[in-house]
Amino acid sequence: MTDRTMVDGMSAPRLTLPLELRAVAITLALGALGYALFPDDLAFLTRLISIALLVLSLDLVTGYCGVASLGHAAIYGVSAYVVGNACLAGHSDPLLLLLVGAVAGAVMGLVSGALVTRFKGLPQLVLSIAVGQLVAALANKLSTLTGGSDGLSGISPGRIFGIYAFDMYGRTGYVFSVAVLLIVFVVLLRIVRSPFGLLCQAIKDDGLRARMIGARVYPRLVLMYGVSGVVGGIGGALNAINTGVVGLDSVGFERSAEALVMLVLGGAGSLWGALIGSIVFQVFEHYVSAANPFHWMTMVGALLIAVVLFAPKGLVSLGGLLAGRTASVLRRRP
Amino acid sequence: MAWTGLSIGLDALSYGMVLFIISIGLSIMMGLMRVVNLAHGAFAMIGGYLASFALKNAGVGYPLAIVLTVLGTIAIAFPLEFLLYRRIYRKSDELTQILLTIGIAFVIIGVANYVLGPTTKPIPLPPLLSGPVDLGFRMIPAHRIFVVICGVCTAGLLWLLIDRTEFGIRLRAAVDNGDMAESLGIKTQILFSATFALAVGLAAFGGVVGAELLPVEPFYALRYMVTFLVVVSVGGAGSIPGAVAASILLGLADTTGKYLAPEYGEFFFYLAVILVVFLFPNGLLGRRH
Repeated sequence: MTDRTMVDGMSAPRLTLPLELRAVAITLALGALGYALFPDDLAFLTRLISIALLVLSLDLVTGYCGVASLGHAAIYGVSAYVVGNACLAGHSDPLLLLLVGAVAGAVMGLVSGALVTRFKGLPQLVLSIAVGQLVAALANKLSTLTGGSDGLSGISPGRIFGIYAFDMYGRTGYVFSVAVLLIVFVVLLRIVRSPFGLLCQAIKDDGLRARMIGARVYPRLVLMYGVSGVVGGIGGALNAINTGVVGLDSVGFERSAEALVMLVLGGAGSLWGALIGSIVFQVFEHYVSAANPFHWMTMVGALLIAVVLFAPKGLVSLGGLLAGRTASVLRRRP
Repeated sequence: MAWTGLSIGLDALSYGMVLFIISIGLSIMMGLMRVVNLAHGAFAMIGGYLASFALKNAGVGYPLAIVLTVLGTIAIAFPLEFLLYRRIYRKSDELTQILLTIGIAFVIIGVANYVLGPTTKPIPLPPLLSGPVDLGFRMIPAHRIFVVICGVCTAGLLWLLIDRTEFGIRLRAAVDNGDMAESLGIKTQILFSATFALAVGLAAFGGVVGAELLPVEPFYALRYMVTFLVVVSVGGAGSIPGAVAASILLGLADTTGKYLAPEYGEFFFYLAVILVVFLFPNGLLGRRH
């Protein structure tokens, strides 16, 4: 409870439900809503969830640690490729594949975190880009492992718990994805409010002061990068499991840039912001880019400029203005 | 083998010079205004489009087309400076700058594609530059030599401008200590606007003379943006010698990699970037801010 009071500050709720339960309720409601709205397009929704995990993963380093990364898709893509290869090698249990993805993501996150968080500012941004591009070039080259520009295909995961098979309508995949997102989201809510998560935010707000009070900055940031890697890895694994194909686009620069756009649209530094941003962005994209991909680009650009000018803390802060106290309970800070 | 080496050397040099001409504007902006301008490539692209229009549709000569292009691009970019860039000079955090400028780049790409279509726009060279030049022992494309000369002239003139003129003195004063410069009566806002115009003009110039190496099409703005940003970071923001060194080094890494191991794509380029950033976090010749 003390943590909670610290985080929510003055507007600490007079309490109805614990935050985690509320998160479960809202995520389930969103899942049901998605199913009701797009019953024939569950593949789109499972893709949305997989990308949402990438955005959540980026939020951990960008929103909570202040590390601006334009190469986060490296984590997502590498894990998707590892999962794809594991599945092709005969390990087809979806839960095992998820674990494989999480471990691959963690390794990738720790490695890129160890490189990127040594620096600040422009060198940091450029290193994050370079790591992303290096992975993308390798993915293209090592076509025996990745299928090159054709992509890695033929991934067919087995039954979940040995009972529920992935059907062609994507129902199993969708329920599976919602469940995974739910668990990850609740765990992350705990992590960002743990002493470790709060310390990361302190480092973001003032790195020097955090050092002065005795925080070991670099190891903390690398560790958070590792956690972020686990989340991004799970996202990549879901992508491989649900679509059965992993293409070069999952490691590309566009994927990284889009994830950053979604995060800031929703509001960096808030897990709800990451979730809202990825949902709003992808639902709009689903409709507009189907009509004309270049109008879509103009719109995203204009939207980005508008967000920076009028809602620098993202949509989640607008929601806070409108919904007042209700939303202030959901946000990280008053 | 020696011929291959010479070819690689000349290609690397001309590619590096194009990188230099375009990136130096970004580097100066970053050094003075501390703005990570991800729309810089989009300005180079606008330059390419304008030049293509001037040469193909309006039928003006190549030298005049370059001048018109530079002025035209500055005219197009200036409202953006007035409305948007001014808000992010010096004070805002990187994330805000990245988002605002990537937004601007997206809008320019979208509009360019809507108005001009997705095809690559040719920029016809005058006869003098389009043929090969005989060096006695070997023929090389005249355009490559032209690009190298342009790069050397740009570097020289910029050095004169920044090191030897009143404008340059004010600019360096503002870089070293903006508040102090302001209180000494230097109008930093005007200085920033002038520097922005200079940066955009250089981008447009580079976009035109480099069009043979970096073809002009709507995704130009994103495709090469990362490369320009990398050059600035490796060279050190605001340093002309640094940008020259970084451009040639990275041009060499990229060209050699593509000649000798084309299937690795940009692997060696980015490997070189990671190594340099690790060894020189403030850039080859940059200063700590």
